[in-house]
Amino acid sequence: MIKCENITKIYQNGEIQTQALKDVSFEVGDGEFVAITGPSGSGKSTLMHIIGCLDVPTSGKYFLDGKSVSELSDDELAEVRMKKIGFVFQSFNLLPRATVLRNVTLPLIYAGVSSEEREKLAEEALKASAFPEKFWFHHSNQLSGGMMQRVAIARALVNNPTLILADEPTGNLDTKTGEMVLYTFQKLHYKQGRTIILITHEMYVAEHAERIILLRDGNIIDDTKIKNRRIVNKFE
Amino acid sequence: MKTKDLFLESYTALLTNKVRSGLTVLGIVIGIGSVIAMVSIGQGASGQIQSNIEGLGSNLLTVIPGALQAGRGMISGGRGTAQTLKIDDVGVLKQINGVLNISPELQRRFQIVSSVGNNTNSNVIGVRAEYANVRNVSPQNGSFISNNQVDSMSKVAVLGPTVAQDLFGDVDPLGKTIRINKVNFKVIGVLEPKGSSGFFDPDDAVFVPLTTMQKTLTGVDYLSTIAISVETKEMISQVQEEVIDALASKHQVDPQNPDFSVVSQADILGALTQVTDTLTVFLAAVAGISLIVGGIGIMNMMLTTVTERTREIGLRKAIGAKKKDISKQFLLEAIILTFLGGIVGIFLGWILSMLISNFAGVTTKISLSTILLAFGISALIGVTFGYYPAKRAASLNPIEALRYE
Repeated sequence: MIKCENITKIYQNGEIQTQALKDVSFEVGDGEFVAITGPSGSGKSTLMHIIGCLDVPTSGKYFLDGKSVSELSDDELAEVRMKKIGFVFQSFNLLPRATVLRNVTLPLIYAGVSSEEREKLAEEALKASAFPEKFWFHHSNQLSGGMMQRVAIARALVNNPTLILADEPTGNLDTKTGEMVLYTFQKLHYKQGRTIILITHEMYVAEHAERIILLRDGNIIDDTKIKNRRIVNKFE
Repeated sequence: MKTKDLFLESYTALLTNKVRSGLTVLGIVIGIGSVIAMVSIGQGASGQIQSNIEGLGSNLLTVIPGALQAGRGMISGGRGTAQTLKIDDVGVLKQINGVLNISPELQRRFQIVSSVGNNTNSNVIGVRAEYANVRNVSPQNGSFISNNQVDSMSKVAVLGPTVAQDLFGDVDPLGKTIRINKVNFKVIGVLEPKGSSGFFDPDDAVFVPLTTMQKTLTGVDYLSTIAISVETKEMISQVQEEVIDALASKHQVDPQNPDFSVVSQADILGALTQVTDTLTVFLAAVAGISLIVGGIGIMNMMLTTVTERTREIGLRKAIGAKKKDISKQFLLEAIILTFLGGIVGIFLGWILSMLISNFAGVTTKISLSTILLAFGISALIGVTFGYYPAKRAASLNPIEALRYE
């Protein structure tokens, strides 16, 4: 499903070269729930940008769904993101002063989906992310952080992506709402079989996944199944 | 991305910042409004001159003595100073195909005294009956000079409305006596008002039989003008050529360098519209400056918007918006603003031009071409000033845009 082969990323800032990723190789299979973690500066954001097709590696190959995406142009990458990837960001990135429903349908606008179809898909996505129906027509800036993140999850789900990529999704939330969000991810994983990659620097959050990839200074130093996986079930 | 969705996105984005959008639109409204109002003043002036000139008689050619000097125009042409036009010339001109009527005229200024004691200084014009036809005048009261009166050298006069008012005030001038150069004339008619044509006011004139003018008042045998009416507009230039040839051979002069000039209405109109066109361009240019300022306002707002919405742009790109989706959205926002400004501006300009004509007494005219021009300009401004901010938005790197604080 996802295959990284010897990915290297070098940032050139004037004279100074920064090597953010060094020869990183790994695979993520269909339906896996993987956490990528590591201290700041370990290269997890860079890796997330490459996995999310927001950036291309300096060298190495990246295959998404069996297709190499490492040499695509900006617009071709946008097309891949539209069809295959759903993003969840730390700071939600919702359109303020727009209703929940409009926020969720936004990716479908760029996919050219008709407005009736959009509403239908958005409703399904909102139900899947356990977002209460009574807030569907609220403006996104009237919601609490946990609610906002669940709107963002619904937005990531709406185009039925192959991969959900969550970048520090609990970073702006308190523990309880953070757990609520993690619960939503776990449910999407075991009920719908979604492939989820969670990027976080908190080991506690990472332990909600099935497998942890640990990065340090641009190298993978550990890649193991979690033995004592944390399961959130208090919201059942 | 569908066009409908594109419009919806741009429209919603503009609505979220109503005050800012409104103020930006206001800049365009004022720009377009003032262009429309200013051009309407220029076009009104030109339209009025045109209708006045046409009111002097349709399809008119005027023969005046003396050559026009190149570069000095027709006004300094020395009408009345040369003495080359004679009444015999009329006979020659009558032979020309396409000539409808010929009016020989002799004009001079005299002091005129009325029987009620008022006096004025005005143009006295010696005419034949054809004058009324050729010059498109008609009596409001009484009758115009007849050719019987011309043949019998009658001492009768027809007054222009301005002269009638000056000499008689509210008294009915018909049948009263006026004195021109110590000769008594009986008033037989008063003309309908026609309005000034800019350099000659037909309302401020007194008409007497041509023979009386030549023999009794001035003692000369020449003419100051021969006015010719032509059957159709299309024949004017051809008749103009033939008049030059016929008169040149009669006067035995070189047709390339004659001792007279033939001026058509188109020539007069051309000279005057040149002036009003310059006026229009000048006014439009002054108003255009405010339009440019409005356009810069649009650009300013769009640049602010792009900076402010950097994260939103980053998000849109992350979820699959292509460069052209982003640039189209921002360009469309600018175009919607200018378009709205254009529509409101046209109404504002229209109201302004009505106010100007009502309160300042200046004739104004709004033509379809002015409106289309204003619309075109506002759309052009939208594209021009919206292009750079839209391009900037589209070229943002999604990673950096998402990180932007």
